[in-house]
Amino acid sequence: MPGFDLQLLLHGQYHEWLVAGLLVSLKLAGITIACALPLAIVIALLRLSPWRALQWLGATYVEVIRNVPLIAHLLFWYFGAPELLPDALKERLYAGSYEFVAAAIGLTLYAAAFMAENIRSGIRAIPAVQFEAARALGLGFVPAMRRVVLPQALRVTLPPLLSQVIILWNDTSVATVIGVGEMMYQAARVESAAFHSVEAFGFVTAAYLAGSLALTAVAAWIHRRWPVRTL
Amino acid sequence: MIQFDKVNKWYGDYHALVDIDETIAKGEVVVVCGPSGSGKSTLIRTINRLEAIESGTITFEGEDVHRRGVDLNRLRSRIGFVFQQFNLFPHLTVLQNCTLAPIEVGGARPAQAHEKAMALLDRVGLAHKANAWPAELSGGQQQRVAIARALAMAPPLMLFDEPTSALDPEMVGEVLLVMQGLARDGMTIVVVTHEMGFARDVAHRVLFMDQGRILERAEPHEFFNHPQHPRAQQFLADIRTPFARPA
Amino acid sequence: MIDLIQTYWVYFLIGQYPQGPLGGVAATVLLAALALLLAMPIGLLMGLARTSSIAALRRPATVLAYLIRGIPLLLMVFWIYFYLPTVTGHKTDQFTTMLIALVVFDGVYLGEIVRAGIEGVPRGQYEAARTLGLGHGGAMRRVILPQALRSMLPSLVNQFVSTIKATSLGYIIGLTEASFIATQVNSQVFVHPTMVYLLLSLVYFLLCFGLSRVALAIERRQARRGLPGPARSPGSPTASAASSA
Repeated sequence: MPGFDLQLLLHGQYHEWLVAGLLVSLKLAGITIACALPLAIVIALLRLSPWRALQWLGATYVEVIRNVPLIAHLLFWYFGAPELLPDALKERLYAGSYEFVAAAIGLTLYAAAFMAENIRSGIRAIPAVQFEAARALGLGFVPAMRRVVLPQALRVTLPPLLSQVIILWNDTSVATVIGVGEMMYQAARVESAAFHSVEAFGFVTAAYLAGSLALTAVAAWIHRRWPVRTL
Repeated sequence: MIQFDKVNKWYGDYHALVDIDETIAKGEVVVVCGPSGSGKSTLIRTINRLEAIESGTITFEGEDVHRRGVDLNRLRSRIGFVFQQFNLFPHLTVLQNCTLAPIEVGGARPAQAHEKAMALLDRVGLAHKANAWPAELSGGQQQRVAIARALAMAPPLMLFDEPTSALDPEMVGEVLLVMQGLARDGMTIVVVTHEMGFARDVAHRVLFMDQGRILERAEPHEFFNHPQHPRAQQFLADIRTPFARPA
Repeated sequence: MIDLIQTYWVYFLIGQYPQGPLGGVAATVLLAALALLLAMPIGLLMGLARTSSIAALRRPATVLAYLIRGIPLLLMVFWIYFYLPTVTGHKTDQFTTMLIALVVFDGVYLGEIVRAGIEGVPRGQYEAARTLGLGHGGAMRRVILPQALRSMLPSLVNQFVSTIKATSLGYIIGLTEASFIATQVNSQVFVHPTMVYLLLSLVYFLLCFGLSRVALAIERRQARRGLPGPARSPGSPTASAASSA
C-alpha cells in the first residue's frame, strides 16, 4: 500500500470534498433525528392507544417500513414517488437537489419505525401496576403518565434509542445510492480521482467511528448517571 | 462430618459471617434459623463453596473445602444442594434432570442412571412424571424433583436453602414430608428454614443466627421452650405473636 | 402492471441464470443464508469471549464489537471492494466482497445475540449445575448453552431478516441482487418507476415479514416450555442489535 499522505486530508481539493461530505452527513443525520423522533412518539402512542384501528395503523406502519431495506426506500422516494406528481412539479423537484430531500424523507420514515418500537418497549417495560397505583391515588390519565410512567419509561428507553441514533448515523451512508453528496459519495469520488485513496476512506472511517463512539459514551454516561431503578 | 473453624466472610465492608465455630456430626439433622439477613443462607452456601470465605476453614469429610487445589466438582457431587427457587433445568425432562449428574459426573451408564433415577422419583412420589417437563409441574412437585436430583449421586450430606419459602402454603407439607423421610433414613441434613414445626419434630439441633453469628445452639425442645439468648427470645416471640409488640 | 410482472418475474427472481451468475431474489436469499451460516461459529466465539471471565479474551472482543458496530456496513464493503485486491493480489468479485463484509458484521451481531442469550439464563441454573458436581465446561455445555441457544432462535431469525436487507447494499457495487435487478428493469421499462419500486418493496416485505412471523411463533412456543426468552434488556446501552440498511 502506498504511504499514507496526511497532507491530502489537510489541504487541497480532496480535503474540501471530504469536509463538505462530512457536513452533508451531519446535516442529514440531524434533520432525520429531529423529524423521526416526534413521528416515532406518535407511532408508539398509536400502538399503545386503546383503539384497535389506531393500533393497527401503527403496527402496519412499523411492519411495512421495517421489513423493506433502506435502499429500496430511498430508490422509491427518489425514482418512484415523483412520478405520482404533476410533471411541472416533478421537473422543479429534480432541478433542485431533490436527492437530499428524498434521502431525508426515506431515512426519517425508516428510523421512526425502529424508534417507535424502542419507545413502545420502554413504556411497556414499566409494569401496568405502576399506572394503576397512580390512578388509585386519584391522578388523572395524563398526570399519571407524566409523573409516574413516562419518567421511568424514559430511563429505560434512552439507551436503545441512542443505539438507534448510532445506527441512523451509519445509515446516512446509504444515501450515496441516490447521489447525495455525503461522506461515502465524496470518498468514492476521491478514490476515482486520485486512483487510490486510503486517506479518504481513513477519514470517513474516523468520522463515523468518532460519531458512534461519542454517542456510546453518552449512552454509558446517562446509564450511570440516571440508572434504571427497579424493585 | 462438617467442621467450621473460625470462619469469617465479608461482602466488601459488610461482615456477613463472624467467627463461626461449629461441628455437625454424621447423621445429624440441623436446622439453621434466624431473622432476615442473619447470614444463614450464606453459611450453608459456604459448605459447598457457592460462597467463598475470607478466613478460617471449613472441613467436609476431612477435606478443606476452600483450599485452592481441592477437587471441587468431586466434593460437590458428595453434597446434595436444594435451592429455594428449585432451579430445575427446563430444557430437560424430569428424568433427564435426575440422570444428568450420574452420567456426566459419575460416569454411570445411561440404563443404570435411568433405573436409579426412577427409584428416587418413586421415593419422592413423582415416578409418574418422569417424562414431563419442569414447566408442567407445580412448585411443590418441582422442589421434590430437585430433591431427587440432588440425591441422584447418593451424597452423604444434604443441604437445603429455604426449600419451602417459594411454595404456596398447601404444597409445603409434601416437601417437608420427603425431607422427614430422608432424616428417618439417617441422612445428614442441614436446613435453613422458617418452618418451626419441622424444626421441632425432625431436627436434632437448632442453630440460631443473627447478624452473622451463631448465638444459640440447642435441642429443639430446649430452644423453643427455653431460649437463652435475648435475641433468640425476641425472634421466637415475634414469630408466635406478631401483633403483640411493646409500644 | 401485470405485463411488467409477467415479462420480468423470472429475471427478478433468479437474474440471468443460467446464462449468467445467479441474481435477483435468489441471490439475495443465498447470500444472506451463506453469510449467516459462516458467521455462526464467529458469533459463538465472540459471544463466549464477551461473557468470559478471562479479561484477555473479553476485552479484545468488546473492542472489536464496538469498532465494527461503529462504522456503516457500506464502508466495510467499500474497504473490502477497493483494498482487498491490493492485499490478496486478485480482484474480488461483488458476491465475495459482500459475503466477507456480511460475515464480519453478522459475526459481531451474532456475538451480541449469543452474549444476551448466555446472560439471559438465570444464574441459579449455573449454580444448580455446579452443585451437582459438573465443572464449568460441563455446566456450560449441558445446562447453559442449550438453554441460551434455544432462547436465541427468534433473535437468529431476526438477524437473518436484517442480513437479507443488508444484501441490498450490493447494489452499490454492482452485485446483481434484487434491488439492482429492479433498477435495471426500471431503466428498460422507464415509464413505471413507482410500480417497479413498489413491487421491489413488496417482495422484500413478504420475505422479511414472513420470517419475522416465524421468529415470533418460535418465541411463543419457547415461552410455553418455560425456557428463557430472547433477552430483552431495555435498560442496557447495547440492547438494540438491530442492524439495518
